[in-house]
Amino acid sequence: MTERALSIEGLRKTYSNGFQALDGIYLDVERGDFVALLGPNGAGKSTTIGIICSLITKSSGNVKVFGMDIERQRSPVRRCIGLVPQEFNFNIFEPVEEIVLNQAGYYGIPRREARRRTAAVLQQMGLWEKRRGSARELSGGMKRRLMIARALIHKPQLLILDEPTAGVDLEIRRSMWEFLRETNRSGVTIILTTHYLEEAESLCDRVAIIDRGRIVEHGPVSDLIGKLDVETFVLNTRAPLRRAPALGDYPVRLLDSRTLEVEISRRHSINVLFERLSVQGIQVLSMRNKANRLEELFLRLVDRGGR
Amino acid sequence: MSNRVALFTIVSREVLRFMRIWLQTLLPPVVVTALYFIIFGNLIGPRIGSMDGFDYSQFIMPGLVMMAVITNSYSNVVSSFYSAKFHRSIEEMLISPMPGYLILLGYTLGGVLRGLVVGVLVMAVALLFTELRVEHVWITVIIVVLTATLFSIGGFINALFAKSFDDISIVPTFVLAPLTYLGGVFYSIDMLSPFWRQISLANPILYMVNGFRYGVLGVSDIGIGVAIGLIVAMVLIAFGVALALLERGVGIRS
Repeated sequence: MTERALSIEGLRKTYSNGFQALDGIYLDVERGDFVALLGPNGAGKSTTIGIICSLITKSSGNVKVFGMDIERQRSPVRRCIGLVPQEFNFNIFEPVEEIVLNQAGYYGIPRREARRRTAAVLQQMGLWEKRRGSARELSGGMKRRLMIARALIHKPQLLILDEPTAGVDLEIRRSMWEFLRETNRSGVTIILTTHYLEEAESLCDRVAIIDRGRIVEHGPVSDLIGKLDVETFVLNTRAPLRRAPALGDYPVRLLDSRTLEVEISRRHSINVLFERLSVQGIQVLSMRNKANRLEELFLRLVDRGGR
Repeated sequence: MSNRVALFTIVSREVLRFMRIWLQTLLPPVVVTALYFIIFGNLIGPRIGSMDGFDYSQFIMPGLVMMAVITNSYSNVVSSFYSAKFHRSIEEMLISPMPGYLILLGYTLGGVLRGLVVGVLVMAVALLFTELRVEHVWITVIIVVLTATLFSIGGFINALFAKSFDDISIVPTFVLAPLTYLGGVFYSIDMLSPFWRQISLANPILYMVNGFRYGVLGVSDIGIGVAIGLIVAMVLIAFGVALALLERGVGIRS
């Protein structure tokens, strides 16, 4: 099979209350890609995912998964997809092991094989010791890992994760990143939504930015970052300043007596900036990007709409 | 093969659920039935005398069993399916390759099994208070299974439309309970005036109670063929409606 992992054409969704969540989404995801779907709250990320996974009915448009139409070839399409939703969607009173075993059953995996796979994914997710306890006894991070274990039980070719690391501490987040990288390396196509732009930049090779129900940018992370015209830097000075220095065509703001914020466009050079600061006797102790570069691009793109 | 596994998964999960919470699911009907037998059968019954040739305890026994079967099969499905909607664990099934009819069938079988388990328990309690001799075993089994099936599907339809836990108690309280009490559980419709007799014939539960009474005692106010035919027709219609609603995603897909 050479079909794309996901192909979306003109996808629209208007809810019964009249809210138009999607206004013509076009998106292609190749096999083996690791794609981040980014967008502000209410942009249409979860609706798009809901439609791909048959949880939401589309108003119009076409969605194909590995070349198969999600409505005409429901059963084989669903076998290909694993979903880790944004909100916990399991019965918190059921034992951890049972939740995963039942999910295997819904996919028609015979009990013996299901038990073998359940043991493997629970061990992989560090939940083996908790298998007999009810899901409500798990911490937030463990509940997220339980949903990942459940999504992997039928060995999907396309794994969709909606904010998988929301509310998860840094250590667990890093281990989840490593796990997702490994999963992607094994050939699984991954689509991820996240509010952590650093996560998208670190993990994904492609990014699609969605705003007001449309894809406003889509491409390799490096290409998108290359489109960033302006970057904002924060400079810490050795001596306190009373006012922002005049730096010619470099827009500058004094954040506090020892901190400057300077915008540098592509046609400018950092060397010139430092020369101008030196001329005025300002010594810079340290310098950093105000925001992650992808975040900066994201904010500029979604700000265009006058949000 | 994979559909069989999926069906078995839903059914076993449902059975495990009602067995795990037996204090809420299996014990109450047993206690309530025992109370009915003590009050209506043993205390008031002897003053009423015989009905259709049976003492009052024997006469009300089939109705009490059916009442427990109806209530429990309905409430099993409505509460389990609505809870799955509430917890959003319904999504586990909706994203899976299972066809809609399998989900409906799984929940229905779960409800039928709870209805049957409760029916057997209530019958066992009845044996403590009255003698029991089943006249037509197969008719008894057919009627109880069909009735449990019908009300399990009814519970499923209720759960599809329910938007809150209040919505799952409205039908059992304001529809099922009155229809059951007026469905000939405690009396023969021959006792009623012609007008109320005709009104009673519009109550579907009357056919189930009488069908079951025919199976157990061999007497009925209704022809057994009519009773079975009507229940089968209702099961088929209810299944079709529930499946159509499920496929359209009513109450479960936005």
